[in-house]
Amino acid sequence: MTDRQTHDERGRIRISGFDSDRVRDREPMSDWTDESSGETVGRWRRGFRKFKRNRSAMGALVIVVVMALAALFARPIEMFGVVVQPFSLAPYNPTTILYLGVDPSVSVYDPPSWQYPMGVDGSGRDLFSRLLVGGRYSLSIGFIVVGLTASFGLIYGSISGYYGGNVDELMMRIVDTIFAFPGLILALIIVAILGGGYWQLVLAFSLFGWAGYGRLVRGEVLQIKENEYVMAAKALGARDRSVVFRHIAPNAMPPLIVLASLSIGSVVIGVAALGFLGLGLDPSSAEWGTMLNATRDTLIQGPGGKIPWWATVYPGAAIFTFVMSMNMIGDGINDALDAQQTGVGRGGED
Amino acid sequence: MSLQRFILKRTLSIIPIMFGVSVITFGLFHLTPGDPVTQLVALNPDVTAAEEAALRERWGLSGPVWQQYLDWITNVLVGDFGQELRTGREVSDIVWARLPETVALGLFGWAFALIIAIPAGIYAAVNKDQFGDTVSRFLALSGISIPNFWLGLMLILIFSLYLGLFPVLAPSRQSLLSPEMLWYLILPGITIGTASAASIMRVMRTSMTEELNKEYVTAARAKGLPERTVILKHVLRNSLISVVTLAATLTASIVAGSVVVEVVFNWPGLGREFIDAINQREINVVMAITLFTGFFVILANLVADIVYAALDPRIRYD
Repeated sequence: MTDRQTHDERGRIRISGFDSDRVRDREPMSDWTDESSGETVGRWRRGFRKFKRNRSAMGALVIVVVMALAALFARPIEMFGVVVQPFSLAPYNPTTILYLGVDPSVSVYDPPSWQYPMGVDGSGRDLFSRLLVGGRYSLSIGFIVVGLTASFGLIYGSISGYYGGNVDELMMRIVDTIFAFPGLILALIIVAILGGGYWQLVLAFSLFGWAGYGRLVRGEVLQIKENEYVMAAKALGARDRSVVFRHIAPNAMPPLIVLASLSIGSVVIGVAALGFLGLGLDPSSAEWGTMLNATRDTLIQGPGGKIPWWATVYPGAAIFTFVMSMNMIGDGINDALDAQQTGVGRGGED
Repeated sequence: MSLQRFILKRTLSIIPIMFGVSVITFGLFHLTPGDPVTQLVALNPDVTAAEEAALRERWGLSGPVWQQYLDWITNVLVGDFGQELRTGREVSDIVWARLPETVALGLFGWAFALIIAIPAGIYAAVNKDQFGDTVSRFLALSGISIPNFWLGLMLILIFSLYLGLFPVLAPSRQSLLSPEMLWYLILPGITIGTASAASIMRVMRTSMTEELNKEYVTAARAKGLPERTVILKHVLRNSLISVVTLAATLTASIVAGSVVVEVVFNWPGLGREFIDAINQREINVVMAITLFTGFFVILANLVADIVYAALDPRIRYD
C-alpha cells in the first residue's frame, strides 16, 4: 500500500478514532463480553478453543502426532550426507533380513516375541521396525498431496467462482469430467504409465485430486462475493487479484480446511491401496500397503500350517488407526469451525 | 421447470462431460512417451523400421494426435475397442464377459449397505446422544476409515481361515447364478459395502435429526400418531431423499472399490481384469475399462439427479 496505510496487513480497512477501552464501562447486565466484541478477530481462536474441548478429536490428534513422531524418529535421517536426525526408535533396519548375519535363529514368519514384538515378515525382516519406518511414506504423501491439491483447488475455485460466466462454465465442466472417474482409477493409470515411486505417487494423487476442492471453493466464492465488503473493496479500487486473494479466498478457508483434513485419510488409503495392488513403491519398501501385498498370497494359501496373522493385522491396523484419527480430527475441525452449514462433512458429530 | 424439461436439460448436459471423459482417457494413454509400439520394439530389438511403421499404421498410431483421437472415438462409438495385443481377442468381448461378476458384486455391496445403514441411521437419530448412538457413530466412523483391502484380508483371516465358514477364494470360472457362487459373494460383498454403509448411516442420522426438529413432526405427534408411524411414515421418507444425493458418489466409490476387492478375493470381475491389463500393458483393455467406468459414473449421477428431482420438486427451480 501507499504511505496512507488504510489497510492493515490482512487487507481489512483500518478503523481509526475508535477506542475499545471507552466502551468497556457498560451496562453490567448486558450480554456484552470481551469475547463477543472480538467477533471477527476471534473466529479461528474460537474454533481452536472449541476444538480443544472436543475430547475425541484431541485424543485423535495425540495419536496422529505420536505416529508422525514415531515415523520421524524411526531411523536416522541423512540429508546430503549430513545426519539431520540421529535418533533411532526402530531396533532394526527395515530392510535387514534378520537371519542373514543379525540373528541366525530367526526364520521367516516367526510369531511375535519379546525381541520382535510384532513378529517377523515373509522375508525375515522385523515387522515392528518396518511398521515404524513405513509411516514415513503414507503420512508424508498424505500431507503433501493434500497441501498441493487444496492450494491448487483454492486458486482454481476462486477464479472460477469470481469471474463466473463462460470461464466458470468451462472450468466447472472440467471438474465434472474429472469427477466422472473414481480417484483411485486415475491414480492407478498414472502410476501404471509413470511407474512406481515416491514422487510418482504424489503426482498420481495430485494431478486430478484438486477437483473436489475446486468445486467446493467455487460454491463458497459464489456466496461470499455477494457480501458488501467485497463491493466495498471493489469500490475502493482494489484489483481483481487482491479482491479474490485478500477478501474472498480467506473467507472460503473454513470449509476448505475441513475437507482437507477429511481427505488426508482417503489419500493415505489410496496410497496403501496402490501399494497393495503392487503398483506403488518398490516391493521391498516398508510402505504399509506394500507390506500387506507381500503377505497376501501366504495368507490366502489357507490353513496349511501356521497362519501368519501378524503380518496382515499390524500393517493394516496402522493404516486404520491413522485414517480413523485423521477423520476424527476432521470431524472435530468441522464442528469447531461450524462449517456444517456449507454442506462439507455433513454427518459429522453435532 | 417441469420434470420432463429438467430431465431433458440434465441429459443433454452429460454430452460435453462424456466428450471430456473420452479426451482424458485418450490423452492419458497417448500423450505419454512410449506408445505400445515403442514398448514392443524395445522388447524385440530385431523389428525393422518398416515393420514398426506398418504396426503403427495398423493400430492407428500414425498421424497427428487429433486424427488418432477421431479414429479411436469413431471406433469406440460403434463398440469397437480394438483387440487385446497379446491374444488378439476382442476387448469388448472381454469386458462383456467380466461385467456380470462385477455388477453382481456391486449390487450385493449396495444391498448390504442399505440393509445395514438405514436401520442403523434411524436407530442413531431416534436415540440421539445416548449410548447406542455413540456406539453406532463410532462404528460408522470406523467403517469409513477402514481400508477395504485390509477389511477383506481380515474377513478372510477370521471367517475363512480361523472359523472355516467360507471358502478362501472363488473359483475362477463358474456360473454366476449358482447358489455356490452366492456363498462366495458374501465376504467380498460385505467388504465392498462397508464404506458405503458407513457413509449412508452418517447421512441418515444427520438428515433424520434435522427432520425430527421440524414442525410437521410435532404436528403429527400432536394429533396422536404413534411414534412408530411418525418415524417410519413421515420422517423416514423425507430423510431418504438425502440418501439419493449420496448414491452417485457411492456408486463411484463402489466401482473403485471393486478394483481392490476383486484382487483381494480373486473375484473374476472387471476390476481384476483392469489390474491384470495394467500389469501386462494391455492398453486397449485398460482404456476400454477406464472409459466404461467414466460413462457408468456419469450415468449414475444422471439417474441420481433425476430421481432426486422427481422426489423433491424444490430442487428443479434452482
